[in-house]
Amino acid sequence: MLFNSGANSLDTSAKALRKTSFWFAAIALLCLLCADLDISTVDPWHELSLMAARCTQPLGLVMVNTVNQSCQYLFLCPAGCRSWQPLAVLFSHLGYGSNIVRAFCAFIRSIHELFWALLFIQITGLSSLTGLLAIAIPYAGTLAKIYGELFEEVDLAPAQNSPAAKQPLTHFFYTVLPLAWRPMATYTSYRFECAIRSSAILGFVGLPTLGFHLETALGEGHYSEAAAYFYALLLLIGTLRFWLQKRLLPIYLLAVFYYLPPQAQVSWDLVARFITEDIVPAPLRGEALFTASTFSEFANWFSLLWQQQIWPGLINTVVLGQISLVFTGLLALLLFPLNSPLFFRRWGRTTGDGLLILLRTLPEYLLAFLGLLILGPSMLPAILALGIHNAAIIAHLVGRHSEELVLRGDASGGLNRYFYEVLPRIYRQFLAFLFYRWEVILRETAILGILGISTLGFYIDSAFEEFRFDRALY
Amino acid sequence: MTALTDQPLFELKDRRLEYQEKTVLDNLSLSIYPGERVALVGGSGAGKSTLLKTLREQRSDQVAWCPQQPGLVPMLSAFHNIYMGALDRHSFIYNLGNLIKPLPAARREVSEIARSIDLEQQLYSSVDKLSGGQQQRTSIGRALIQQRPIFIGDEPVANVDEYQAERLLKLICQQHQTVVLALHDIEQALQFCTRIIGLRDGAIALDAARDQLTASDLASLYDAV
Repeated sequence: MLFNSGANSLDTSAKALRKTSFWFAAIALLCLLCADLDISTVDPWHELSLMAARCTQPLGLVMVNTVNQSCQYLFLCPAGCRSWQPLAVLFSHLGYGSNIVRAFCAFIRSIHELFWALLFIQITGLSSLTGLLAIAIPYAGTLAKIYGELFEEVDLAPAQNSPAAKQPLTHFFYTVLPLAWRPMATYTSYRFECAIRSSAILGFVGLPTLGFHLETALGEGHYSEAAAYFYALLLLIGTLRFWLQKRLLPIYLLAVFYYLPPQAQVSWDLVARFITEDIVPAPLRGEALFTASTFSEFANWFSLLWQQQIWPGLINTVVLGQISLVFTGLLALLLFPLNSPLFFRRWGRTTGDGLLILLRTLPEYLLAFLGLLILGPSMLPAILALGIHNAAIIAHLVGRHSEELVLRGDASGGLNRYFYEVLPRIYRQFLAFLFYRWEVILRETAILGILGISTLGFYIDSAFEEFRFDRALY
Repeated sequence: MTALTDQPLFELKDRRLEYQEKTVLDNLSLSIYPGERVALVGGSGAGKSTLLKTLREQRSDQVAWCPQQPGLVPMLSAFHNIYMGALDRHSFIYNLGNLIKPLPAARREVSEIARSIDLEQQLYSSVDKLSGGQQQRTSIGRALIQQRPIFIGDEPVANVDEYQAERLLKLICQQHQTVVLALHDIEQALQFCTRIIGLRDGAIALDAARDQLTASDLASLYDAV
């Protein structure tokens, strides 16, 4: 033949992307080998069919009750998050360039709101203040990161042409903030949706939000009641764009302070005890510091903790994170045509995107909890939950991105179109979205430990339950 | 020359053509018969692309299409971009396999076309690594592999050098029974086409066989309005 080996092999940009993906999938396959994926319930279909049967018959009455009970609490936390927004703006402006601020933001957002809640419950009890702080702190970190990135991307021309450059604050308010305002508002309203999900999730550690009632109902097998709570949550998030209006925000804020002022009975004795004793590593308590015996005891304590909990917890977190990431990616590639004008038009696409939004609305924590009820404790429910939730988010974004592609008039249709025309074009952006979610997935992986999957979160949660705060912090 | 039959291949009667909701051509009547080689000439914005698009849509299953924006997939190889013209002729499984690793039969077919358009060296490089001219040749290759009787091209050789352009136009005319091209190079139009249609001010300003044209007829098309 005419081919020589050099001209024979592909030398394309797609090949590099394929290589990256291949290694990711290969690592995930390796992880699968050491992951615990057993279905331990005797008859998963039975529980599933019970749920399915009951979720169609929630009574209107239950519904009304639910909304009454829970909405007031629900509003509180997101509103709190908004009140922190100025702080986030300030953070991100004053020093997102500096590494210390960056690291601080990364630190506060890397700890999930559930952990913050577990921490604050020790000090401020089951109060609205706990919920507020638990959501506001990590969210301020996230918002600061996004705002910071938006400020960095702002068009530099106005700043260079402006005489205000010497006054940093003037410069910021005239040449940076107005340019970044619109994307900031869009992202903040998305975080608001997340905050509603989070505040529902905080119910799982005992705060009386929707999630609390949902978990109780699910745990006790009252599936029709649980379904009602669940629909209430969907309704709340589904109708967000109708009631989350700029003009109404001040009213909501006032209402929040009227219904649920963020206050708590803080027992300062408890606070003092928490800081001076509980979170101090056990061997160091009441001992003279810097003596040889204290030091060796501390080393023992730490190495035991490391061998028995931190190391296995870390391994499990990474294994679960990796498998979930690849599963998320595959599912997202399968789902994104639902929100792409290249595959579905008008009603088809509206319906498809509706489905994606519905899947994204389901909090991953709730999905994992459902999975746990049906499949029993293993990594499987966690993988499914993380995959479904995150894949829906990525699929929605990739679908939106595909709007920008212009295909030729004679481009093929169907599966040929998917693999030849669209997939190669969106793949780089898809990977970017996926890796961006990586951080989120790892963070969520840890919190799923609270449900009993032995990631880091599992050991942290057990330590909290046994009141060993020193372990939880390390 | 192929004999003209009575049945027109393309027919427009008093049509109004729009581009982005603006009328570009009005009261347009035009027939093109099998075997004709038509060149569309006229200044930019005269409506050549809009007219070509309309013609293609009339017989989309018989037309090998070569648009002005080649619309290639940049991260795939020239091989794959050419092969995309033949997707409909193969099963989906074969296409998928060929996407992952070029299959022998597809390699043979595509490399033959690549040889005729002088793209053998770059065949397995991705299109984003190719020059503008090489991309345009890839686009022509994609049209050639479709093996259809009609070729419609919108400035198909605008980005390649004169010598290459002549070779390519000759190839296109050899392999298709009917050819409709938008060309900005009058000499090329006169050399390869049998009928010249000039567009100006939203209408056909000139429609004549090549032999009956004078240089001043053509020059008037480009005069300032």
